[in-house]
Amino acid sequence: MAVETQASATSPSLAAASGWRPVLEWLARRAEPVAITLGAVIAGMALFSLFILAVGKSPAVLFQLMYTGGFGSWFSIQNALSRGAPLLLTALCVALPARLGLTIIGGEGAVVLGGVAAAAAALPLTSSLPPVVVLPVMAIAGMLAGGIWIGLAGFLRHYRGVNETISSLLLAYIAIALMNHLIEGPLRDPASLNKPSTAPLPANFMLGQMPGMDVNWGLAIGIVACILCYVLIEATSIGFAARIAGGNVRAAQIQGLPVGRLIVGFTALAGSFAGLAGMVQVSAVQGSANASLAAGYGYTGILVAFLARHNPLAIIPVAILLGGIDASGGLIQRRMGLPDATVLVLQGTLFVIILFSETFYGRFRIFNPDLWKRSL
Amino acid sequence: MDDTAIGLWGVPLAIFAGAIRVSTPFIFVSLGESITERSGRINIGLEGTLVFGAMTAYAVAVMSNSAWLGVLAAMGTGALFGLVHGFICKFPKVNDIAIGIAMMQFGLGMAFFLGKSFIKPVAPHLPSIPLGGWSHLPQIQSALNINVLFVIGALLALALWWGFRNTRVGLILRVVGDSSDAARAMGLNPDTVRLLATGVGGSLAAVGGAYLSLFYPGSWNEGISSGQGLMAVALVIFARWNPIGCFLAALLFGGAGALGPALQSVGVTQGYYLFYAAPYVLTLVILIATSSPTRSLTGAPASLSITK
Repeated sequence: MAVETQASATSPSLAAASGWRPVLEWLARRAEPVAITLGAVIAGMALFSLFILAVGKSPAVLFQLMYTGGFGSWFSIQNALSRGAPLLLTALCVALPARLGLTIIGGEGAVVLGGVAAAAAALPLTSSLPPVVVLPVMAIAGMLAGGIWIGLAGFLRHYRGVNETISSLLLAYIAIALMNHLIEGPLRDPASLNKPSTAPLPANFMLGQMPGMDVNWGLAIGIVACILCYVLIEATSIGFAARIAGGNVRAAQIQGLPVGRLIVGFTALAGSFAGLAGMVQVSAVQGSANASLAAGYGYTGILVAFLARHNPLAIIPVAILLGGIDASGGLIQRRMGLPDATVLVLQGTLFVIILFSETFYGRFRIFNPDLWKRSL
Repeated sequence: MDDTAIGLWGVPLAIFAGAIRVSTPFIFVSLGESITERSGRINIGLEGTLVFGAMTAYAVAVMSNSAWLGVLAAMGTGALFGLVHGFICKFPKVNDIAIGIAMMQFGLGMAFFLGKSFIKPVAPHLPSIPLGGWSHLPQIQSALNINVLFVIGALLALALWWGFRNTRVGLILRVVGDSSDAARAMGLNPDTVRLLATGVGGSLAAVGGAYLSLFYPGSWNEGISSGQGLMAVALVIFARWNPIGCFLAALLFGGAGALGPALQSVGVTQGYYLFYAAPYVLTLVILIATSSPTRSLTGAPASLSITK
């Protein structure tokens, strides 16, 4: 960050002298979110360090362990990637509607229902069809379930004026109750005694690990989904229309844009990604649908999306970073005797500070080439 | 037949008892949130405040051996959470809903972190008033064993309802909630009013948490809240920002939440888990029925972001 800031700071005079100005302008505009977010992360880490000092532990040791546990070895990197993978998809569930100015926080419900739907769809098929057919069917079932669930929040928002933040949250609670009902009742495998689950998928129907690493295919699926969403938002007319509608609904309507369809479409697409995350959990990790689906991936996804400023490409590093922090939780607990909630405290602190940093956008002349002339 | 067996009458009685027992946290969180929202700001993160309040109350009660000191301490930390939220939201471009979500995560993390060592010890409980002494039936006696905080909550709802209409503070709150410009013209600073309203809202939410850890269920653990803090936000909209409405809605929620366990106690186990969804379905249905895409909700403070 230091290097970048310095380069931009000296840029006005340099720019005047050479033809580099367009490049510097481009750099300056791109540097703003990176510099402000990095600054906020550093401030958050500093606050968190004070807290750790206050409880009598060493922040240096803690950050060291966090690095070792999350990224220090190939083993921990794989662990970080595995934990980050579902976050890629659940973060999209927040980031896509955010482009339309909607705050969806009920992704957890879509994950849970997506997982149950995928497991339910696989049940009657595994005896007669090969995995190449069953797995896509599971994915479609999961995406449909998640898409309908979050799409409903979008629908209610546009056609009934119900606040989408509240409705998606209520829908998440309803989804979890629905999952409990299904896995305790109609879909329960009688053999699952202690932990009610659906019937386990046969081993050859599992999604499996990616070649050469101990990370399941969910990571590749998540990264592809993020790239596709980036293209959708940045390079298609639909994405452009969504951004207009997100900026000003009235203006979009006057332009004749189908705001209702955009809202329902984007929320449904968002939900289908979260549903897909549920399907991956079932087909690559758990082997069946059970209460472990509600592990909080939907809620951590909110944090990831906000940290990435709802940019699908930025979601990829942020999700993996949070996956690494999460992965290091166990190590911190064992080595330092700190509660496992330490990671939660760090996440919460970062989340608050980064949202607070929104207020600094547009306040620094360095990042705004339109103001450079006046300083010359 | 045993003369204390009351058969199917147990269902309405259990719902009634559950409504009173389960509703108290809802009452406090929703009253707190109604104050905050009346000032034109929304704090969606009261779940974190509630859980942190539950932890503080329990820890202080364990250490001081006084449940009421626990409640006071919870109020203090709750106010602090509210003030931090209010302070951050004063800055331009900061989104109050997003900050609420972040503060919730922060509050939960802090509560689990600091509360780790208080999962084992036993704290003194809050007192309750045995109003069921006239009956010989133990079910009725236990149903009418009403906690003091429930009574305080009911009185507070009345006081707030009266206060919003008839006091200067109530007027200031409503003016700020309806129009920042009008408030400024009156010489009021909207940010300060909202800061204080969020602080008071947080301290009431923490009382709801104290009830959870010090009365029902009456212990501290990480799963103590089943989303009461989050639900309360919906409940305030449902109650149209009216404190009496909040009180009644909280009772309704408590009753709906008690439906599942009540039916199970008389042998209805079919769809048991679906009944857990009853309060959420109820809220959603009422929100759908009363919202409109073309106008904001009646009674909504005009500068509230969530109803626009």
